[in-house]
Amino acid sequence: MSELEPKRAIDGAAEESIHIPIAGPASLFTQLKGFWVTFAAQFKKVTTVQYPEVKEPTAPRFHGRHQLNRHPDGLEKCIGCELCAWACPADAIYVEGADNSDEQRYSPGERYGKVYQINYLRCIFCGLCIEACPTRALTMTNEYELADDSRKKLIFEKEDLLAPLRSGMLQPPHPYYPGTDDQDYYHGRVTEAHPSQEQK
Amino acid sequence: MTAVQPQTDLITLTIDGFEVTVPKGTLVIRAAEQLGIQIPRFCDHPLLSPVGACRQCLVDIEINGRAFPKPQASCTIPVENGMVVKTQLTSEVAHKAQEGVMEFLLVNHPLDCPVCDKGGECPLQNQAMTSGRGESRFEGKKRTFEKPINISSQVLLDRERCILCARCTRFSKEIAGDPFIDMGERGALQQVAIYEKDPFDSYFSGNTVQICPVGALTGSAYRFRSRPFDLVSTPSVCEHCASGCSLRTDVRRNKTLRRLAGNDPEVNEEWNCDKGRWAFQYTMVKDRIATPLIRENGVLREASWPEAIAVAANGLQGKKAGVLVGGRATVEDSYAYAKFARATLGTNDIDFRSRPHSDEERDFLAAHVVGSKVRYSDIDTADHVVLVGFEPEEESPIVFLRIRKQVRKRALSVTAISPWQTRGFKKLQAKYIGVAPGAEGNALAQLSLTNQSVIVVGERLCESAGGLSAVAELARKSGAKIAWVPRRAGERGALEAGAIGNLLPGGRPISDAAARVDVAAAWSIESDSIPTSAGSDSKAIFAAAARGEIKALVIGGVDPFDMHAPDFAGLESAFVLSLELRPSAITERADVVLPVAAVTEKSGSFMSWEGRTRSFEQAVPETPHQSDLYILSLIAEALGKPLGFSTVRGAAKEFGTLANWDGARASFTSHPVANAAQGVTLASWRQLLDNGSLQVNEPNLAGTARKAVARINAQLAAKLGVANGDLVTISTDHGALSLNVELSDLVDDVVWLPRNAVASQSLRMLGVLNGAQVNIRKGL
Repeated sequence: MSELEPKRAIDGAAEESIHIPIAGPASLFTQLKGFWVTFAAQFKKVTTVQYPEVKEPTAPRFHGRHQLNRHPDGLEKCIGCELCAWACPADAIYVEGADNSDEQRYSPGERYGKVYQINYLRCIFCGLCIEACPTRALTMTNEYELADDSRKKLIFEKEDLLAPLRSGMLQPPHPYYPGTDDQDYYHGRVTEAHPSQEQK
Repeated sequence: MTAVQPQTDLITLTIDGFEVTVPKGTLVIRAAEQLGIQIPRFCDHPLLSPVGACRQCLVDIEINGRAFPKPQASCTIPVENGMVVKTQLTSEVAHKAQEGVMEFLLVNHPLDCPVCDKGGECPLQNQAMTSGRGESRFEGKKRTFEKPINISSQVLLDRERCILCARCTRFSKEIAGDPFIDMGERGALQQVAIYEKDPFDSYFSGNTVQICPVGALTGSAYRFRSRPFDLVSTPSVCEHCASGCSLRTDVRRNKTLRRLAGNDPEVNEEWNCDKGRWAFQYTMVKDRIATPLIRENGVLREASWPEAIAVAANGLQGKKAGVLVGGRATVEDSYAYAKFARATLGTNDIDFRSRPHSDEERDFLAAHVVGSKVRYSDIDTADHVVLVGFEPEEESPIVFLRIRKQVRKRALSVTAISPWQTRGFKKLQAKYIGVAPGAEGNALAQLSLTNQSVIVVGERLCESAGGLSAVAELARKSGAKIAWVPRRAGERGALEAGAIGNLLPGGRPISDAAARVDVAAAWSIESDSIPTSAGSDSKAIFAAAARGEIKALVIGGVDPFDMHAPDFAGLESAFVLSLELRPSAITERADVVLPVAAVTEKSGSFMSWEGRTRSFEQAVPETPHQSDLYILSLIAEALGKPLGFSTVRGAAKEFGTLANWDGARASFTSHPVANAAQGVTLASWRQLLDNGSLQVNEPNLAGTARKAVARINAQLAAKLGVANGDLVTISTDHGALSLNVELSDLVDDVVWLPRNAVASQSLRMLGVLNGAQVNIRKGL
């Protein structure tokens, strides 16, 4: 019988000790106070935004879609070092580097990122990749509209991530600005493209 | 071999309060290792002479109560009785000294770690963490150099990363004997430099990249490809020559990215050659055969495996067949070919020698090589090493390093019998006996050796009739050991596995009834189903196919141009089944082509020239390819005579039961030395880096290959009226080739040509072997 004793004790407790005090209806004053809050809210300033018709700017350092930046003459900043991929806690970045040559130069220095993919199904927008990037090639934009209808479309390729060519930039591959080397690029001494850099 | 260790004096000293007894001459840093005390170090390497260049291993030492006034470099000081050593663990002075040295080393070391190849496996990075100060007090500007500079086409130097430990320069001088790099300049500008006109064209330059304790030397093929923690490493074995080097294969995303020398003190120590290190792209070339191919209406078309196996089995069914195994098959694959030939096809017409060969050689292998246990350690204890038909640096680089080590250590006497005194022979300080090609046998007969001597025989001695007979006679007379060193990794294993017409597995002579019964019992077949007479060799198999006597050929990994004057007629008429990696002259004519796995894609084992089994595991995790033995087992099954195994492990287990034979070896009858040809004769052999099919797609590696030149001596040059650099044309009835002349130390009336250089394939273009008469003329 000893095995049954604890069970009986629990049963007893359930019957006796559950006691929910039920108060009667609140006083009229208390009820009016509640209704007043609701009523007064009608006259407050509305903070809801009618997205997507209306779009508010984000905070300036909002973590949005990534961007692969360019040097002022259009050469890519990415050197294919894969540090972003190693820093990524979600394993969202895939990079394959390749060698630059004088005929096919995409970035200053020895290497460039040949394949660059970010999987936005995995990305958690933590920004560790940005911190890891040694050339400031990878930064984040404020763009947050990243919904789509297939998994494939959410794996962004290098051409989706590259910054657009602004005026004065040339589409790589093209050679260095005449008379400069990679150090000049890293120290910001190249400020625009030179016509002679254009490659047929 | 059980060498008796010579009794050495022992010395007892105290390190960090613990007593340790070590042999006299041991360095303090090694004695500390025996206690498990790790003293940080960069320049110290157990196989290089001590130099004390980096100063990182400073410790406090006192002897019999008298202390050194300053901390001492423990990598240069040998132990003494009564020595008391205090390392960084117990001495504040040593600790502070090491921290100071580290801070100095880091003053000029760039912060490349995030992008440096060495980052993650870098002794400087690791020891900066364990023995360095947390912060630097240096506020100046770091010294910079232009980076990187190519010191050869395959080694790059970042001078600012260098900490001047002199490991690379010592390796090149002491181990490789190629002192092409050295320290230049002084003070803060001191740097590793090459001579202005000589790039670092050493066959062993890759080792300097591996032993560099920082990322100063990097290989161009691996530079920026990966970091150590992305790689999956598999211990493997080199497939490029018969030295049997232990390697480490590093794979990322299913691609082999680099190979490093493994540490095997009995074989390659910690070294390997550049071919073993940097030639692996051949497994990833675009033209790899991906699916089975069947010839239909004269063209190959893709087919499914079941279809291709059925067509192959149908083509082989009931026909007299021959089997040719290339020299690169693993032991298990060779065993499968050997069993497939005997048990499934019922023939002894099998040969692994897809290169010039002779009957004399086959008898020699059966009598003197198969089952022999001459080891690298026999070179270590030899009193005299004779090299005949063999240029070790070109044909088996680790044998070269081992002989060179003994030459340096104890002035081992080396005799080289060769038509050309090569640089390799000079580096071995060899006594050079110049003989015309073909006359090696006569020179061997003049030698007197002891039972401690080793005769190192190259595979190409078979081209000199009577040469191998002279080796056998010399060994019989003196008791000297015979080391037969083939070029290819699979040859010794194929010999042991019985992939040759006169031997069954384990070196059992085919003529021995007991041997046949033995093998038949193991294979569970009727003993009279194994043919009793020795089969044909490679050349005879091709010839028999051309005559229509052999109606089917099974060919695994053979390049017919490795043989001289191959007969393609047989390939046209017979049914040809080819097991291959890439399109070749065989697959162009084959009826069924089946793709096979490359070495990195399968497990198995090779046998080094010593007969040592060198097993390896599959390095590339995902592959569509299967090993030769699995494919053969499928065909054998379709033919109704199954092999009885389909896995590497199964084959290895079965071969293990047959690997040893205690019965009599085949007998060997001497052949006379042939008379020398008249006029100018040809000498020719393969160089380490050449046009080999496993070296495709390796532009960096090819950059350090020796230049293809025709070598003649001054006497012949005067006769022809040519000077250094002039063009000469060498011709035979078969063809001609033109090369620039380089005057070299050759015997009279001999022209030496590289056998398989990109610009000079003497075998293919001239169609003759060593010792044959050739015509030589000035100009085109």
